[in-house]
Amino acid sequence: MSGNIQLLTKALATARAENRAALVGYLPAGFPTVADGIAAATAMVEGGCDIVEIGLPHSDPVLDGPVIQTADDIALRGGVKIVDVIRTVGEVHEATGAPVLCMTYWNPVDRHGAERFAEELAAAGGAGCILPDLPVEESAGWRAAAERHGLATVFVVAPSSRDERLAKITAAGSGFVYAASLMGVTGTRESVGAQAADLVSRTRACTDLPVCVGLGVSNAEQAAEVAGFADGVIVGSAFVKRMLDAPDTPSGIAAARELAAELATGVRKR
Amino acid sequence: MSTDFFIPDPEGQVPTAEGYFGPFGGKFIPEALVAAVDEVAAEYEKAKGDPTFAAELNDLLVHYTGRPSPLTEVRRFAEHAGGARIFLKREDLNHTGSHKINNVLGQALLTKRMGKTRVIAETGAGQHGVATATACALFGLDCTIYMGEVDTERQALNVARMRMLGAEVIAVKSGSRTLKDAINEAFRDWVANVESTHYLFGTVAGPHPFPALVRDFHRVIGVEARRQVLERAGRLPDAICACVGGGSNAIGIFHAFLSDETVRLVGLEAAGHGVESGEHAATLTAGDPGILHGSRSYVLQDEDGQITEPYSISAGLDYPGIGPEHSYLKDIGRAEYYPVTDDEAMQALRLLSRTEGIIPAIESAHALAGALRVGRELGPEGLLLVNLSGRGDKDMDTAARYFGLYDTPQGDAK
Ligand SMILES: Cc1ncc(COP(=O)(O)O)c(C=O)c1O
Repeated sequence: MSGNIQLLTKALATARAENRAALVGYLPAGFPTVADGIAAATAMVEGGCDIVEIGLPHSDPVLDGPVIQTADDIALRGGVKIVDVIRTVGEVHEATGAPVLCMTYWNPVDRHGAERFAEELAAAGGAGCILPDLPVEESAGWRAAAERHGLATVFVVAPSSRDERLAKITAAGSGFVYAASLMGVTGTRESVGAQAADLVSRTRACTDLPVCVGLGVSNAEQAAEVAGFADGVIVGSAFVKRMLDAPDTPSGIAAARELAAELATGVRKR
Repeated sequence: MSTDFFIPDPEGQVPTAEGYFGPFGGKFIPEALVAAVDEVAAEYEKAKGDPTFAAELNDLLVHYTGRPSPLTEVRRFAEHAGGARIFLKREDLNHTGSHKINNVLGQALLTKRMGKTRVIAETGAGQHGVATATACALFGLDCTIYMGEVDTERQALNVARMRMLGAEVIAVKSGSRTLKDAINEAFRDWVANVESTHYLFGTVAGPHPFPALVRDFHRVIGVEARRQVLERAGRLPDAICACVGGGSNAIGIFHAFLSDETVRLVGLEAAGHGVESGEHAATLTAGDPGILHGSRSYVLQDEDGQITEPYSISAGLDYPGIGPEHSYLKDIGRAEYYPVTDDEAMQALRLLSRTEGIIPAIESAHALAGALRVGRELGPEGLLLVNLSGRGDKDMDTAARYFGLYDTPQGDAK
């Protein structure tokens, strides 16, 4: 079975046709449990997310701030395995019809086997993968596997990326480009990095791929601000935080759904 | 007086331009760090060809660090090692008390050359942190040190030293709260502050160019030791023993002997409560190739690629990774690596203290325990060189609890 890269491309094209940004929501698998994580990610789509990223929790999440670290810890202590992550991708896609990507670090994928991981992710209905610590120079093996299985390889670009690198990275990537709004790890921020708009325009000069902006976006106003210059708005820590702050799991899932709805109005206010 | 600093890579030794030692190494870093890591590599390439850089560093190594470090023959200790002759390379006598200062001064000069004003570093035993805080005091740089909370407790003396030197010490509470987690936190800081900040990485792991760069700054250990042992014993040693955490002191002493094929290169890693107990940090004995902290090398991990929590009584060896060049030397059979338990190391620590009046760091005691084993294999004709990477002051609380040296009970050994 081939992966759902086309569905991802279609979701982004639909948002563009509606003259709005796409809303991309992130949640680690296994948080707070595998079943509740599936329910929460499903609720995020029902609330208004167009695209979902399911995190494969890692023992050493060097690009994540305290909020996602906490969620990863909970998931790993709960015993989440790669098979559960793949199942989460599959069930969220099946329940919602939305494109679902996997986001993780390179070692779990490398250890599992790039080919095997791509095959299983595609078979579950996954749309692609984001591997922020796999630089383009080291990515040939993964990209070949992803391509064989119809999966997107989404690369991250940063405000520090020079134009030559943007060209190289965007030429290798597919699906969309993940533009980091600021120099830093994941986490909610008071304001969206001032460098984000510039990075998006420099990235657009290199590629026709949609450019989605992530890191630090946590509310509807910020979503609207980013929607003013990007094709998609990626929100992760804010979902996790709402769930961590909730008194129990059902209200956590409800809070995630509400946040998705708030952000969905944001991305429509260009 | 001259020292032998800075003959980077005279053997035509790897890595490749991409930072590979065979299949190990590379640069697995987020895009946000690519420019900074490339800047370090470029500045280092420039510095290598610049005689003023070599002169400045040379001056510091002689007049500040106190190089060359002595070579001490330990006859009474050697009686316990099958009668082989044993020489210690005394990196414990360097300023700040360990080999770590060699690399730190080199990178501190690079920091100045890059125009950066702030330095961050990880530390396990606290020796790299102390050396970094020292260099930052000397050069007027802002300094933040990340240290696992477990290590801030068991190496409290070094926390106080770093703070005395003006550094900020941040106790890291995530994961196993040891060296691995301190490195994670330092990377998080670097991503956010890369404009002003140099990450003064403390061992021969991490993304390219750190494994080669840190190695080059420590090569002086082996270059000096090779000349000293030839002068004193009239021949090359049969074996060299060094402890391996990330592997910097070991690669430092091994490197000048790589092409001396008769010299066995023996790395000793921390077996904690025993490799079979699962509570250890014996990465090369029990790990598999994987990616941790920016390079491919042996790592302790589960079948899903999650890094497993290491354990050792020694904070400096309590790390689930290893520098990529060691993985390469192991796989090509040029170096051998063996596990040493907490208890073997502590017994060796006490033995050296009581036979020679030298109290080693617990890290270095792993090398001594290895030397006792290798010496017995070699017999009375044997000649051994041991890298005494650091002194034991920082470990006196752990040792006192371990051996019951306090007058009043202070609780169990940690
Ligand atoms: C005295 C001493 N020896 C050895 C080590 C281990 O590091 P490496 O393997 O990089 O030499 C440390 C690290 O903290 C140390 O303090």
